[in-house]
Amino acid sequence: MSAELVTGLQCRLCGKRYPKKALNFCTEDFGPLEVAYDYEAAARTLTRSALVARPRTMWRYKELLPIDGEPTVGQHVGGTPLIRAGRLARVLGLRELYLKNDAVNHPSLSFKDRVVAVALSKAVELGFQTVGCASTGNLAGSVAANAAAAGLEAYVLIPDGLEQGKVLGATIYGARVIAVQGNYDHVNRLCSQIAFRYGWGFVNVNLRPYYAEGSKSMGFEIAEDLGWRAPDHVVAPMAGGSLIGKIYKAFREFERLDLLEAPVRTRMFGAQATGCNPISATVKSGSSRVKPIRHPDTIAKSLAIGDPADGYFASKLIGETGGWSEDVDDEAIVDAMTLLAETEGIWAETAGGVTLAVAMKLIEQGKIDRDGSTVLCITGNGLKTQEALIGKLARPVVIEPTLEAFENVVESYAPSPLVSAGGVLAGSSA
Amino acid sequence: MATVRIPTPLRPHAGGQDKVETAGATVGEILANLGTAFPALRERLFDGAELRRFVNVYLNNEDIRYLDDLATPVAENDEVSIIPAVAGG
Repeated sequence: MSAELVTGLQCRLCGKRYPKKALNFCTEDFGPLEVAYDYEAAARTLTRSALVARPRTMWRYKELLPIDGEPTVGQHVGGTPLIRAGRLARVLGLRELYLKNDAVNHPSLSFKDRVVAVALSKAVELGFQTVGCASTGNLAGSVAANAAAAGLEAYVLIPDGLEQGKVLGATIYGARVIAVQGNYDHVNRLCSQIAFRYGWGFVNVNLRPYYAEGSKSMGFEIAEDLGWRAPDHVVAPMAGGSLIGKIYKAFREFERLDLLEAPVRTRMFGAQATGCNPISATVKSGSSRVKPIRHPDTIAKSLAIGDPADGYFASKLIGETGGWSEDVDDEAIVDAMTLLAETEGIWAETAGGVTLAVAMKLIEQGKIDRDGSTVLCITGNGLKTQEALIGKLARPVVIEPTLEAFENVVESYAPSPLVSAGGVLAGSSA
Repeated sequence: MATVRIPTPLRPHAGGQDKVETAGATVGEILANLGTAFPALRERLFDGAELRRFVNVYLNNEDIRYLDDLATPVAENDEVSIIPAVAGG
């Protein structure tokens, strides 16, 4: 059925069309290639009534995902919770706040499972047996896990110095994990050379047009779970700058297929760490040229891409939608991770701290309207970035096994400011 | 002579070669000479005098934007790599 829905690839700059193959850039002008769909055909089968019967995974929107047959990799990815965050909303002074929690995505606990499910299903369609990626960590784990389940050989290239949880979380699946001396941009450049030389399917190199489309499923799920509407504000973390654009594209595609209750008026906000802020610096300076960061330095390693491939498009989108971008330092990142955990019971990785801390800054600045609906995108799991918290949290109190010792400890605790009678803050409506 | 590495999908425009020995004292001179030898390659790399937005050029292991861009000096035996920028993330 869906064989005709994906019509090919098309250059975002010159519009030149290409057949469905493993190629990420236009050979005329190096512009990025994007997947082209037959939207009229998609609209015939992707309807609200058809969706009722489909499972809650990212594949319920398969008409708008770029594979020709049924998915062969990552069939259970997506369908993560959109949580009404009442307690956090009260702290932030927002009327309507949601968390899209991809920290519990299947199987590797980050939003990268979405892009990898598409890229590896496409890799199988195109006949690749060896796949690979350049990764800041989450992608490494996702490629390794999904490739293992699909019986594909995986080469995972990472910068040296990544968090242990990210390294182990790729190695456990039997992938060939190679740590490259240097930063992510060095890894990425090397992978660009490897992918074509060896003829392998690198998810974020030659398979990138398909891969990137997988992120749209995060936007589709947000809009459907909000009752077929796009929120007023989305705050998304930015590394390469692709996710924020794909979430917005998802809202626009739903609008085009006449699935939404109201026109899309979403303002897109991008979050970065101050130690690696090429896109937010571009937005704030009003420039159209993204200046790369030579030496990224932040605890948010998953966002440490100094030369973001989609930086230009992300900053343009933020401007066009009336959004904004900010960046925050390491201390603010840890504080926000802690706040998210203490108010909503969600342990996000450092990038989640970036997203929340930036949202708080934008609310303070008046850039985010307190009365609008706001969605924060939580893209990865705190279990994988434990180093960021070591020494920053209270250590367990050690006591003797006596009732007296316990009573002494209980008396020593101050009342927690975030706990209220009945267990939830009055007025929260989660 | 320095060596210029050509991205695989553009090799048809460089006589099928994956690396081309090219003379020049700077990255700019080398790419200009490469463009003279292979005019179809020049068209794709440059928009007027400027490198296109999504073309990255490395001298050995460093992006020329962190050096002196097209004016970056090149020594004998250096390697200049043309890398499509739309990857990663």
